[in-house]
Amino acid sequence: MMPPGTTPGTPPGTILGTVASARAVPSPGATPLISLRGVTKIYGTGDAEVRALRGIDLDIHGGEFVAIMGPSGSGKSTAMNILGFLDKPTGGSYAFGGAEVDDLSRDQLALLRRNFLGFVFQGYNLLARTSALDNVELPLIYQGMARTERRRLAFDALGKVGLKGREDHDPSQLSGGQQQRVAIARAIVTNPDVILADEPTGNLDTSRSHEIMDLLTELNRKDGITILMVTHEPDMAVYADRLIHFVDGRIESDTIPDKAVPHAL
Amino acid sequence: MLYEAVRLALQAILRNMFRSFLTVLGIVIGVAAVIAMVTVGQGSTDQVEADVSTLGTNLLMIRPGQPSQGPGSGVGGTAASLTLKDVEAIEEQIGSVMVATPSNSRAMTVIFGNVNSSTTVTGTDTRFLTARDWPLSIGRAFYESEQRTGSAACILGSTVRQKLFGNSDPLGASIRLKQISCRVIGVLEAKGASSFGTDQDDIVLMPIRAFQRRIAGNQDVSMIYASIRTGVSTDKAKADIERLMRERRRIGAFEEDDFNVFDMKQISSMLTGITSVLTGLLSAVAAVSLLVGGIGIMNIMLVSVTERTREIGIRLAVGATEGQVLLQFLVESIVLSLIGGLIGIVLGLGLGLLGSRLLSIPFSPNPSLVLAAFVFSALVGIVFGFFPARRAARMDPIEALRHQ
Ligand SMILES: Nc1ncnc2c1ncn2[C@@H]1O[C@H](COP(=O)(O)OP(=O)(O)OP(=O)(O)O)[C@@H](O)[C@H]1O
Ligand SMILES: [Mg+2]
Repeated sequence: MMPPGTTPGTPPGTILGTVASARAVPSPGATPLISLRGVTKIYGTGDAEVRALRGIDLDIHGGEFVAIMGPSGSGKSTAMNILGFLDKPTGGSYAFGGAEVDDLSRDQLALLRRNFLGFVFQGYNLLARTSALDNVELPLIYQGMARTERRRLAFDALGKVGLKGREDHDPSQLSGGQQQRVAIARAIVTNPDVILADEPTGNLDTSRSHEIMDLLTELNRKDGITILMVTHEPDMAVYADRLIHFVDGRIESDTIPDKAVPHAL
Repeated sequence: MLYEAVRLALQAILRNMFRSFLTVLGIVIGVAAVIAMVTVGQGSTDQVEADVSTLGTNLLMIRPGQPSQGPGSGVGGTAASLTLKDVEAIEEQIGSVMVATPSNSRAMTVIFGNVNSSTTVTGTDTRFLTARDWPLSIGRAFYESEQRTGSAACILGSTVRQKLFGNSDPLGASIRLKQISCRVIGVLEAKGASSFGTDQDDIVLMPIRAFQRRIAGNQDVSMIYASIRTGVSTDKAKADIERLMRERRRIGAFEEDDFNVFDMKQISSMLTGITSVLTGLLSAVAAVSLLVGGIGIMNIMLVSVTERTREIGIRLAVGATEGQVLLQFLVESIVLSLIGGLIGIVLGLGLGLLGSRLLSIPFSPNPSLVLAAFVFSALVGIVFGFFPARRAARMDPIEALRHQ
């Protein structure tokens, strides 16, 4: 069952209401866009039990650009999956736009992903043998948008990430950097509130990585999209205005990145 | 959404063209078999009915023998033969009978000059032409005197005339049957081939007395044709004839008939019965093939769902609901089996047409069967596509995305 006032395609009214103000400059005391309280995640049982998250408290306000770092296995991806409604925490609670999402059904979580989130993965995750344009259109198909409107928005999104003229190329005809741009276009085509990027530059060389980071920064600054990004590279983390360190399933530090080290532009 | 699902399905199917083709082969064969079978079956039924109507629907045939033996069986073992007196009695004493005519046939070789041909020689009288509604194309029928004296006068069927005489005039010529020579006095009009497996025009008629004396060597009549007046029910005429024959053959009240009265409807229903049993049997085989075809589709859809795990993960990540993923894969299997069904329908009609041509029967496609085949293939797609589609829809997005 969906909460009252909910129809397919439009998630809880409380979330919609908050979202309207989510783009505003965060002010202390305002409802955070994302709020985790004591979130834990345990994989397996008994001897095989893995405690991937051991109690995460985290508030993220609309418009922030947050980088997450930490050693391998510290639970970064696990946290991102939970934040992205792809997975459910074992314990604790998660509020999005002020509304609890812990008890939502699979389909309701799908609607939240569709309408409020965009994902960018390390491995791009584009549909093979499918043109860039069709890949970018995909989320809009599930929103039930008419074809001409879809095409127009997908074209615009590809233009925004600098891939004008590549609309008909399929992933095998594009470089890694270009594929990641297609993935970013797919993430922004629905005009989401949050982009979740798990090691978006993990497969790219340095200069390609900086191009992607510039693109994400622009989306954050110009369009006010909240960005959560996992990275292993300090050079990339400095693009963010907040840096969270994960160690062993816990947040070890939550700081402002040291921008004194100038990054290449 | 449905439109998108169909488009995606076609894309996925065309991408694996060859595999898709192999997948639907079972459905293609099943549907084609049913359609071809039923089309040919219907055609032969139509043909039998057409043949029966050329024999005349108000024709009754009387033969000696047990009723249970059916019209195809030979003369009943111990039953006494019919006689010319029976013919007279039937025609004179039964009001609903217009004409009755005797017949006794034998396969023989006819010779003219140095040409010979094996044919059926039938001893009868001129009323045969009325009863069978079979006019002469040239010449004349038997004179009363020829019938009475049993002189050797012959009327040829068009096939025999063609074989022995080609295009030259047969009238007045002498043909040889066994040791007798017989003068040709007329030629019958062509009736055309019959589905009973015989060429009706491959026949020579001669007076029954001549046949009995000089060919058969006995006084037997093996069959009587009785033609019913129009407007009289066949059943009534049949009952009248049966009563008369029981009397004449002195059959006691509690004894069974030792003769048979058939009408053409009985013969045609027996023949169409045989075709419908055959059609039913082959359709059952075809249904099994459809079932196997459906299992083939399920198998390939399961393979396809596994292969496309990552794709499913991506779709779920960008916000596809369970229902949307289910619909996509269900539509894919429906489209797949519908394509199979359509190919099967076209192939089946083609085979049906070919079969009808080869058997020279009418081509009788059945539109409601074609529709049923279409609907049935869609059903196969739904039934056998549901399980794989549900498996796709229930996938865990993270595990699906991690799948290589
Ligand atoms: N599906 C799963 N089943 C069991 N254990 C899991 C599963 N997913 C993750 N883990 C475990 O949870 C812990 C955290 O994994 P996670 O992927 O979140 O780490 P990470 O910080 O993203 O690491 P990396 O930097 O290598 O990507 C690890 O010990 C991992 O083995
Ligand atoms: Mg990770």
